[in-house]
Amino acid sequence: MATEKDLNANQNELKPVGRFAAWFITLYDVFKFMGRFFKEAFLPPYELKELVRQCYEIGYRSALLISTTGFITGLVFTKQSRPSLSEFGATSWLPSLVGIALLRTLAPLLTGLIAAGKVGSSIGAELGSMKVSEQIDAMEVSATNPFKFLVSTRVLAATITMPILTFYTAMVGMLGALLNVSVNEGTSATTFFQSSLESITYLDIIASTVKAILFGFTIAIVGCYQGYNSSKGTEGVGKAANSSVVIAMFLIFVEEVVCVQIFSLFNT
Amino acid sequence: MREKQFTDESVEKVIEIKGLNKAFGNYTVLENASLDLYKGENLVVLGKSGTGKSVLIKIIIGLLKPDSGLVRVLNQVVDEISYEALLALRLRVGFSFQNSALYDSMTVRENLEFPLVRNRKDLTKQEVKSSVEEMLDAVGLSQTINQMPSELSGGQRKRIGIARTLILRPEIMLYDEPTAGLDPITSREINKLINDVQERYHTSAIIITHDLTCAKEVGNRVAMLIERNFDRKGTFEQVFNSGDKQAQPFFDYNFIQ
Repeated sequence: MATEKDLNANQNELKPVGRFAAWFITLYDVFKFMGRFFKEAFLPPYELKELVRQCYEIGYRSALLISTTGFITGLVFTKQSRPSLSEFGATSWLPSLVGIALLRTLAPLLTGLIAAGKVGSSIGAELGSMKVSEQIDAMEVSATNPFKFLVSTRVLAATITMPILTFYTAMVGMLGALLNVSVNEGTSATTFFQSSLESITYLDIIASTVKAILFGFTIAIVGCYQGYNSSKGTEGVGKAANSSVVIAMFLIFVEEVVCVQIFSLFNT
Repeated sequence: MREKQFTDESVEKVIEIKGLNKAFGNYTVLENASLDLYKGENLVVLGKSGTGKSVLIKIIIGLLKPDSGLVRVLNQVVDEISYEALLALRLRVGFSFQNSALYDSMTVRENLEFPLVRNRKDLTKQEVKSSVEEMLDAVGLSQTINQMPSELSGGQRKRIGIARTLILRPEIMLYDEPTAGLDPITSREINKLINDVQERYHTSAIIITHDLTCAKEVGNRVAMLIERNFDRKGTFEQVFNSGDKQAQPFFDYNFIQ
């Protein structure tokens, strides 16, 4: 006798749609999911306690990895850029180059990719596991709106936390660069920061913030969508976690390209 | 069988199902199904696995939508009310899941506090604490208060699941396979708990099961889900002794003393 899950699976198989049409249906579902997020997130009652807990979780989960990666990136980027600049006797431009590169692209992109791996997979797996073990249904039947409690808080938390993590990555990266420049050129911290900050414009800061917000939103909404709609038991949980990372990383690169094109219009 | 007459005209119907239809794709699960739950009774829904017993109670609680038919719960038609009204209705209807569905990231205390803190904002911290302790005491698991769900046995998880549902003091309880996967002794304990809940909290209940011992011990009335409807209804003995060709193989297979 077929179980309820088999029946659902059969129902999906019975739909006379091709892969192309199925892709559009998924896209429609994603936009519907996003629409529900905007509706639930900004209408009372607010889940402030859970939002704060999620902000802490997301920041705490990524902090160590981001610190290490940011520091090494700053240090290595400086080391690899030196030979090219020294050919023109321009090693004094290193702080500016590192500052611009980190703030404009490296920090948002690195933070986004790390968060996609660390936070996105975690959200996908957590919600996926809750879905297949009926914990989401249990929340629903105990008169709690699970979308508001689980999805809205995670998406808002990631969107709020990502800009903070991005500027933290940029700062740690600068420290890595400072270490390299101090050892090789004997540059002081004051001179280094003065030189790198002078070359950074408000537009760089705005662009970086917008990208970080976009990346945070993307990572969390993809993770939540995959987890919230997972099925087929433990296999489904694994798939949800995996697709959360893969799709979020792909979208982050697409968004990076689009943002660079848009913000370059303001630079000219 | 627990003899008690609930089906008199004078007894209020807390759940009324008429002409219910539900299909998944081409597979019809419920067809023109009708069933009533009377105030204060324990109604057992018996049937083979995969026949749609769980679908029935998920429709009652609004987790699934019926294709057609009437589902009236506590005088409200479930698929006609707003989401907010449905949430309010769910405060009055408890649902105990087959696999307990305890929140793995929370302790037993937090699991029980969760529905209370979110739905009873008028309660003080002390009142919440007392309610949790009282409910754990009612299911005989006070010692597990600080344990994680992963540290509990199957029977304990079921009990905690029931306690979490009961903490909101629902008028109706829906039990989905309460004894599935449990040994006979633990199953007996769960059956006793279901009867205790009925007597102590005056709940009406639908118990979904394929366990005949459970049906016999907890049910005031039995409805068999055969061929997508509940045409076979009555006391356990009436259904058991009906000689119905469709029902008999189920009883033969599940032989009990």
